[in-house]
Amino acid sequence: MSTTPLLKVENLKKYFPVKKGMFGKTVGYVKAVDDVSFFVNEGETLGIVGESGCGKSTTGRVLMRLLEPTDGEIEFDGKNLASLSQEEMRKTRRDIQMVFQDPYASLNPRHTIGKILEEPLIVHGISDPQERKKKVREFLEIVGLNEYHAKRYPHQFSGGQRQRIGIARALMTNPKLIIADEPVSALDVSIQAQVLNLMQDLQKEFNLTYIFIAHDLGVVRHISDRVAVMYLGKMVEVADSEQLYEKPLHPYTQALLSAVPVPDPDFQKEQIIIEGDIPNPADPPTGCTFHTRCPFKMDICTKVTPQLTEQTTGHSVACHLHVGQVDNDIKQLEGSL
Amino acid sequence: MSELTPKIDGLAEAEIDRTIGPWREAWRSFRKSKVAVAGMIIILFFVLLAIFGPFIAKEGINEQLAADRLQPPSAEYWLGTDDFGRDILSRIIHGARISLSVGFLSVIASVVVGSFLGIIAGYYGRWTDTIISRIFDIMLAFPSILLAIAIVSVLGPGLENALIAIAIINVPNFGRLIRSKVLSIKEDEYIMAAKAIGMKDARILFSHILPNSMAPVIVQGTLAIATAILEAAALGFLGLGAQAPQPEWGKMLADSKSYLQSAPWTMLFPGLAIMLTVLGFNLMGDGLRDALDPKMKN
Repeated sequence: MSTTPLLKVENLKKYFPVKKGMFGKTVGYVKAVDDVSFFVNEGETLGIVGESGCGKSTTGRVLMRLLEPTDGEIEFDGKNLASLSQEEMRKTRRDIQMVFQDPYASLNPRHTIGKILEEPLIVHGISDPQERKKKVREFLEIVGLNEYHAKRYPHQFSGGQRQRIGIARALMTNPKLIIADEPVSALDVSIQAQVLNLMQDLQKEFNLTYIFIAHDLGVVRHISDRVAVMYLGKMVEVADSEQLYEKPLHPYTQALLSAVPVPDPDFQKEQIIIEGDIPNPADPPTGCTFHTRCPFKMDICTKVTPQLTEQTTGHSVACHLHVGQVDNDIKQLEGSL
Repeated sequence: MSELTPKIDGLAEAEIDRTIGPWREAWRSFRKSKVAVAGMIIILFFVLLAIFGPFIAKEGINEQLAADRLQPPSAEYWLGTDDFGRDILSRIIHGARISLSVGFLSVIASVVVGSFLGIIAGYYGRWTDTIISRIFDIMLAFPSILLAIAIVSVLGPGLENALIAIAIINVPNFGRLIRSKVLSIKEDEYIMAAKAIGMKDARILFSHILPNSMAPVIVQGTLAIATAILEAAALGFLGLGAQAPQPEWGKMLADSKSYLQSAPWTMLFPGLAIMLTVLGFNLMGDGLRDALDPKMKN
């Protein structure tokens, strides 16, 4: 595994304006993604987790410029995606593909599977019709379907099969990075494992890099090398998968992990229940956005926003509870004054 | 013979398994509705009449026999004759061609223009949408027949101009229909997926959004043909549509209104023809709605 980041995101922001009244005056912003920075190395899988509404799907879509970023840089393969023109971005999508959450909605019901799979090739002008048909058959086999499935329509397949088709479609253009937006959350547990294993096999075979967005920590642990935890548009903790699951630092991560079911009826574990709902992202709490629900809240938490700071190698957390954090934050604050 | 049969045994699963496309599935459920099929048969009857009518009723539609004026239906004149001694049956048969082509052509024109404007308004939103939608609103603020009359008065009376007027007044209906459909479809994940693949807008619009928004347009289109035929007849009746010798149904009604008491068949049969055609389209439209509307059941 090489260590050059394939994708490097810096201070990415996506604010949705909140409009009110007859003339659509902007009265505020929903900070769906608020100052997020991370990187993904070539060949690895970065898992992004968080509860619904935390901005993880928005992050994925902003990376592909399906939504325009409000601010920030997205450096992919030496190019800043955020500053590309629409047409350049369209061409770059050949290298970044996406797998969607709902396999029932992400395939055009009026197109046959063959047409759905061939389309990425046509769009990017790859090879001639015969080659394309051959490639469609080949990829159907790769994802575990049969070549005669090419003649069928999406409604003739099960959810798991459709998701395989969705994955095949993402692979057609031979991309470097695949953003998988909750690719298994709509599937049965037994099918989830199949699809996850398929994705892992494909990763080895085609040297793919994944950004794997999910709310299911078990699923993310299974597939990710590194995991980023998001809360209310911010990243609160980033670490190697093992480290995050063994030694979570952020209270939010700890609470999330304690909610993962363990397949052992006798196992008694300490449940950390966080109370209340996710705050309104249009009006986020001051300081640390988690302080309204945090069991370890301190005074500083309501005033100063903690920055993502590296604690041990590769393990960063944004929480005042941790060593050096407070100093660092105060330094940041002074620097900005 | 024996050399030919093994092929059938060797058929791949793919060939035995007949693929059912979304349109074929719709046809299957359409076929189940007897009323809709009845409507379709009525339409087919008139369509055949429009195509082959002139060959069936060879005797001139404008042949005037002064001696046979206002004859009641008889063995010679099945539907009687009008005030100029013209055979009403032949005129109705020829009129089918006029009414149906006005119906079809005007609706096709409004569907094409309306779809184009609607899809642009729905997909691009913002000011494009505002402008197009407001124009539609303005057009819809007029009673449609009044607007048609106004347009014909500007263009001058005549069948072609009536057709154009009817096409124009129907544009906003289709435009709004498509726009609302596009608004919902463009949020669907497969459109997001199409963008993610790297498709150009034109391809997304015409290869993905348009085919998926066609179902309500087909239903509305079928019903609109009925209305268009009625509107053409109304314009004909008012003297703004088809001109004198043309055997247009509405015009025939207008010409015979003074004979309503003495020779009711002169009005009855063109009226019946209009009613049957409109009924046929309405029945079929309803059937289509049932077949296409509950969307694809996954």
